[in-house]
Amino acid sequence: MFADRYDPLQDEMVSILTPDGCCDETLRPDLDDEQIRTMYRQMLTMRLYDRKAVSMQRQGRFGTYAQMEGQEACMAASTYPLQPRDWLVSSYRETGAMWMHGVPLKLLSLYWMGNEFGSHAPDGVNVLPVSIPVGSHPLHAVGLAYAGKYRQDGSVSVTYFGDGATSEGDVHEAMNLAGVYEAPCVFFCQNNQYAISVPVREQTASPTIAQKALAYGFPGVLVDGNDIMAVYAVMQEAVERARRGGGPSLIEAYTYRLGAHTTADDPTKYRDDDEVEFWRSRDPLLRVQKYLHARGAWSEDWEHELLEACTGEVEQAMNDAEAVPQPPPQDMFRYMFAEPPAALREQEAALLAALQTQQKG
Amino acid sequence: MATRTLLEAIREALHLELGADERVILLGEDIGREGGVFRVTEGLQACYGRARVMDAPIAEAGIVGMSVGMAIAGLRPVPEIQFMGFLYPAFDQLISHVARMRNRSRGRFTCPLVVRVPYGGGIHPPEHHSESTEAILVHTPGLQVVVPATPYDAKGLLISAIRSPDPVIFLEPKRIYRAVRQDIPEESYTVPIGEARLVREGTDVTLIAWGSMMHTVLQAAESLDADGISLEILDLRTLSPMDVPAIIASVEKTGRAVVVHEAARTAGLGAEIVAQINEKALLSLEAPVERVSGFDTVFPLPQLEKYYLPTPEMIATAVHRVLAF
Repeated sequence: MFADRYDPLQDEMVSILTPDGCCDETLRPDLDDEQIRTMYRQMLTMRLYDRKAVSMQRQGRFGTYAQMEGQEACMAASTYPLQPRDWLVSSYRETGAMWMHGVPLKLLSLYWMGNEFGSHAPDGVNVLPVSIPVGSHPLHAVGLAYAGKYRQDGSVSVTYFGDGATSEGDVHEAMNLAGVYEAPCVFFCQNNQYAISVPVREQTASPTIAQKALAYGFPGVLVDGNDIMAVYAVMQEAVERARRGGGPSLIEAYTYRLGAHTTADDPTKYRDDDEVEFWRSRDPLLRVQKYLHARGAWSEDWEHELLEACTGEVEQAMNDAEAVPQPPPQDMFRYMFAEPPAALREQEAALLAALQTQQKG
Repeated sequence: MATRTLLEAIREALHLELGADERVILLGEDIGREGGVFRVTEGLQACYGRARVMDAPIAEAGIVGMSVGMAIAGLRPVPEIQFMGFLYPAFDQLISHVARMRNRSRGRFTCPLVVRVPYGGGIHPPEHHSESTEAILVHTPGLQVVVPATPYDAKGLLISAIRSPDPVIFLEPKRIYRAVRQDIPEESYTVPIGEARLVREGTDVTLIAWGSMMHTVLQAAESLDADGISLEILDLRTLSPMDVPAIIASVEKTGRAVVVHEAARTAGLGAEIVAQINEKALLSLEAPVERVSGFDTVFPLPQLEKYYLPTPEMIATAVHRVLAF
């Protein structure tokens, strides 16, 4: 429906819930107030997590961290239509999406605190580790999708990347391969306007990212990424199409990174406050709050309750992650191969001997 | 037993593994209806279908990157890269993902795939078709690198590679694809990864080589035999993990060694082998270990190719030099 009716070449963007919280009833997806309230809570958790992570980094308790404030609707709504058997393959700004698909916040924190066990998703949780080399991971989603198609297990792969990643050759290859093999793969591009400092207009001469899909032979839809209803509806359509054998889709979620690229970035060097303020007025949480409020499904008391509960959840995750003891040095060697070769065993022994000598000294 | 060329032995291994395990999937440029530019995969698509022997768009990073996802999902992809000179676009996938997946997910996800790559010079091809850059791969933690020199090893090592729980780069010496024949079992068998092959025992000098250089070494051996020199010849077969104990055992016996590789000299694998010998068998040495190798130049176009690749004469000269030291 959306893929047919919204032409990315004409810059047509799917929008259902406006910034002042009004819903286009003709397009309203099948989401009741309780589901919207759940998504609101999830978005709030992401926001609180993000802010806590930044503050932890400032205190030296977290490593360099990629912020997601402003993009919560993209992550909460795009993961909502997924099933546990579906695969999620993301970049570094999708902590919220990874959490939504089953990775506990404790593990995600552990990763950013510098422990590889943070990338060990629980059994049955189909989420690959964060992929840092920009644009290199959508190919993995295509492979996972092909495997699902080959086995006819009904799974769909979803891969997340940013506007900057669309300049990488591997993203082109991934979309081209997905098109050729009709892989059940959804490419979810969070166009948050900047790749670190470079604005999207300097990243590509395409007026929209969504339109690139047309050249690969599959649908591309531009959607308001700060609108949970629109993201949910468009994503549901793409996932269903993939699941019933209709092949890949590209979704461009038009959004904005309210925070810095990472805790090591200073965004005042490349964008002005007015722009940020404009996007603050389009805050994805705010419009859900307005929407629920108008329907009598939001109150200040509930908000306070939520804040307390979600803050507690975030604090607990951080504390649990901090309580995980540092791994032993042997772990560097233990997971290189199923069976470590002799040379690795020798190197491990040499390190342990050196550490022992240092301790004695 | 049946007589097979190295190329036929590889095809037979693929055939057997495709037949034995539905998880095995081949993908690469021109490998389907054409059977690959060298015809290694000839007939396999007709036998196993397009879903399992996949003609791929020209996208080396894509072929390897897609294989990563397939491997994580539990399939056993065997991607082919047409020539080693075209492996570079896939290096990010190999180094950043293939080699790291088990470690970075602490064993949660693994990447059991086999990248087949015809490598090496000597076939008078256009530019970029003669590379021998195994040292880059061996230097990458997390990869296994295998180079067979005989039909028997090619088949047994490839089957081992496909069954390995970890990624393998399988380098195929294309110069000798059809040049060597051997009687090998028709049924399935494995040759263990990580074990060198003692080609022949001797007492004077150890010659260490792999892949197509093994045959240049054997040609050199003929003239050296005539000179009454007793050569011990070691075919490494696996470059990573390297069978260092086999190298050391041989050098401790002979006290002299020559390493032969067609790759560029500086920081080539010869350097690593010499370092291992120095660390573990210095006091057994009667002479400095020599390297016979390609040069630190771009691999030349066909007219100069013969000057780049090590020759039997160069190897014989190096052997005489270590003996005379």
